[in-house]
Amino acid sequence: MSNYTIKGETGEWEVVIGLEVHAQVTSNAKLFSGAATAFGAEPNTQVSLVDAAMPGMLPVPNRECIRQAVRTGMAIEAEINKWSRFDRKNYFYADLPQGYQISQLYHPLVGEGSLTIAADEKAGIPTDKVIGIERIHVEQDAGKLMHDQHPTMSYVDLNRSGVALMEIVSRPDMRSPAEAGAYVRKLRSILRYVGSCDGNMEEGSMRADVNVSVRKPGDEFGTRTETKNVNSVRFVMAVIEGEAKRQVGLIESGGTVVQETRLYDPDRNETRSMRSKEDAHDYRYFPDPDLLPLELDDAFLDECRASLPELPDAKRARYLSEGISAYNADVLTAEVEAARWFDALLEAGAKPVAAANWVTSELFGALNRMGRDISDSPVSPAQAAELLGLVADGTISGTIAKQVFEKMLETGDGAAAIVDREGLKQTSDTGAIEAEIAKVLAANADKVEQYKGGKEALFGFFVGQTMKAMQGKANPQVVNELLKKALG
Amino acid sequence: MTELTNLTVAEIRDGHRAGDFSAVEVAEAFNANVAGAKALNAFIVETPEHAIAAAKQADADRAAGTLKPLSGVPIGMKDLFATNGVQTTAASHMLEGFVPRYESTVSQKLWDAGCGMLGKLNLDQFAMGSSNETSHFGNVISPWKRNDGSNAALAPGGSSGGSSSAIAARLCPAATGTDTGGSIRQPAAFTGISGIKPTYGRCSRWGIVAFASSLDQAGPMARDVRDCAIMLENMAGFDPKDATSLDMPVPNWEAALSSDLKGKTVGIPKEYRLEGIDPEIDAMWDAGIAMLKDAGAAVVEISLPHTKYALPTYYIIAPAEASSNLARYDGVRYGLRDLPQGAGLQDMYAATRADGFGPEVKRRIMIGTYVLSAGFYDAYYTQAQKVRTLIARDFEAAFASCDVILAPTAPSAAFGLGEKMADPLAMYLNDVFAVPASLAGLPAMSVPAALNREGLPLGLQIIGKAFDEQGVLNAGLAIEERAGFTARAEKWW
Repeated sequence: MSNYTIKGETGEWEVVIGLEVHAQVTSNAKLFSGAATAFGAEPNTQVSLVDAAMPGMLPVPNRECIRQAVRTGMAIEAEINKWSRFDRKNYFYADLPQGYQISQLYHPLVGEGSLTIAADEKAGIPTDKVIGIERIHVEQDAGKLMHDQHPTMSYVDLNRSGVALMEIVSRPDMRSPAEAGAYVRKLRSILRYVGSCDGNMEEGSMRADVNVSVRKPGDEFGTRTETKNVNSVRFVMAVIEGEAKRQVGLIESGGTVVQETRLYDPDRNETRSMRSKEDAHDYRYFPDPDLLPLELDDAFLDECRASLPELPDAKRARYLSEGISAYNADVLTAEVEAARWFDALLEAGAKPVAAANWVTSELFGALNRMGRDISDSPVSPAQAAELLGLVADGTISGTIAKQVFEKMLETGDGAAAIVDREGLKQTSDTGAIEAEIAKVLAANADKVEQYKGGKEALFGFFVGQTMKAMQGKANPQVVNELLKKALG
Repeated sequence: MTELTNLTVAEIRDGHRAGDFSAVEVAEAFNANVAGAKALNAFIVETPEHAIAAAKQADADRAAGTLKPLSGVPIGMKDLFATNGVQTTAASHMLEGFVPRYESTVSQKLWDAGCGMLGKLNLDQFAMGSSNETSHFGNVISPWKRNDGSNAALAPGGSSGGSSSAIAARLCPAATGTDTGGSIRQPAAFTGISGIKPTYGRCSRWGIVAFASSLDQAGPMARDVRDCAIMLENMAGFDPKDATSLDMPVPNWEAALSSDLKGKTVGIPKEYRLEGIDPEIDAMWDAGIAMLKDAGAAVVEISLPHTKYALPTYYIIAPAEASSNLARYDGVRYGLRDLPQGAGLQDMYAATRADGFGPEVKRRIMIGTYVLSAGFYDAYYTQAQKVRTLIARDFEAAFASCDVILAPTAPSAAFGLGEKMADPLAMYLNDVFAVPASLAGLPAMSVPAALNREGLPLGLQIIGKAFDEQGVLNAGLAIEERAGFTARAEKWW
């Protein structure tokens, strides 16, 4: 159970959250027309006759969009409805050329499913939690109004008109902003693994409608409000926090929450009312008579299933079974690019635990410094595997490996080549090491006394001095053994 | 030589092929008739140059030995089909001046087959009407007159009234029509010509201004059954741009025409015997039954028990779809825009739609909006869909014991303009026999069968099984051969 509550004057309030996430389907063409879908094109350059709703134009479903939605449904272990249908949602707006949006109200493509958010003590999520997903349906996006082009007129850009969206509707299963944030991040991660949505919230390819209500623990659900089109995880969390507090304040001061649609203003970090239930549209949904019901056969579903990659939860379980720490497994599986890179590293022969430690500390650190994504890492998985191999077989020490990695980043050369060229191979030559140990012990006779008197912590100091004298190239294990012998 | 404008499509095609006349001569003759028939108001736009260009091509193709199936045949195009570069209005003020930059699939097929276009034919506004009186461009007038000397202007039927009037008056040998609830069959019956609505999905709806998507179906109108078969062959076919298009081969209907009905059974639906109907309609129907028997068919009585619900069902489903289909006419992107001084978006919608749609269109948008609205949807729309299924099942059951169904096309002959405009319900009743086949998506055609005592044509309707246009055409041919309908309107225009 989440321990998140709002402390009001009359006691503690529980927050109930449901999310409707709109995810733009990754596809070269729109849901019902052949027009392109690239982001950032000149206004009205990606508009077909169908998208502009010219007289007599008809929609034809794009198989690829349906396929992506089905694969997404499979990734959240949802029921796939082999028979679904498109409905028209009727309303007038200048960015909606047909005067209706083609959506799926009565018979969605994807039914009941779920995803699991991982335990996160610090965020107040004590255990893994399953969040129910009610449905995923497929629908058209609208165009975009531009109000800054003319002093008295608004312009319309129809590039986005007709682009396929998946609306992913959760159950009201979340109880804190942190859970909602984790849900959105996990959903985004799954979508990106599947490749059905790029998850780019800044470009609007993923946005959430946030449903919030409050209640005293154990009571029935309260009246909810819906805040539309929230486009970052941070904003989703901010909306929930602000909206829950507003509702508690309202109820405790004798008011009632009205079911309404609200808008979030990120600049002022507050929501305001857009329209109440009373003046909500009557959308007059009815089955689109231009389209036949969508019927999926087993071969299609099999192909969808076969094309799914290993998903984050399965990958994480595999990493854990290979001895990788829970923290590292989380970090490595969160983003599909990192996970793919890491898997390539394992395939190139790197040992899982050492590889995980190296990627999460050394590689991520370096990429961070360079301001680069893992997808354009200057070091390839094969090159990294070579470096880690040199550590594993004792050719170089972990300390020297850091230097070698820096050189690799600078020069692009291979690890073995750098080690050879710079003479960084570590030595297990006992004679040379013993000679240096003798020098170190002689120079630190007082410390040797203290050590022998019981201050065993000084052992590390002798190791450090010896390694320094050996310019880091001594095999640490050999140094340890010889030191122990020398110190009696 | 016979007057070229009296020739049928088959005669023009064959005569042109044989070198009896040039296609340009044919086009010029029809262009002249069109130009001389302004009084009928059958055309919204005349395109003589299009007809001539196609005719020149046809003559060149003949010389080169590359004739196409309809080379040299000029036709009329109902102004519901988008025609590239030629104004397409659906007879509305909303689309007055709208010139598409695309061509409907059906019209493109006809041009590809060698046809030329004489013009865009008038119709009821957005195909909503049974008399052509709802056109923004004035009503079409039928070439027919009653024989009582009254000289009253008569309705050519609707919504394809421009098509029916123009064919009956020899302004074109054939034309396209569309049929949502009788819009091909009823005007054909009113003007003494033939017309077939094929199985839903035979002809692509792409590029046809939509009225009610689940019902709209294009089809040909012509002077006889053979011409209907020829035209339909060149209009039908699978279109990947229409998701409801039938993915089936187009049969060679003309080649398989046969009026020998031996072994066939004709069903006579008892529910179509309406109380208080004009006895002349029943008499014509009985005569039709006799003709089909004469052609070798057996006749059985059948029952279509849900017939009486067809009209109310149609007047829920068609307006519901129309209310949504016509939402795109909002003044934002094309067509009419009324933007009063200082108006906002909502004001622009209201002004544009108030001005751009006629009263019948508004009436149907309001009915459709009402039956789809929260709280009424189940009682009206859902219920109507269930009844529609029952009506389709009626036909399926009936076709277990017969091959085609014979019925009147309309409950009366053509009425006078203005006689029914004040009473929408009386107007809607005109389609009582036509609507059931539309709801079931079945092929149905009207052929002229007799003249009534006023000297006006009456039509018989043949309804067939899904995809069995051949059975419909063949029964139509059997009637055509026996009815000997040769009457034509005397020229007064």
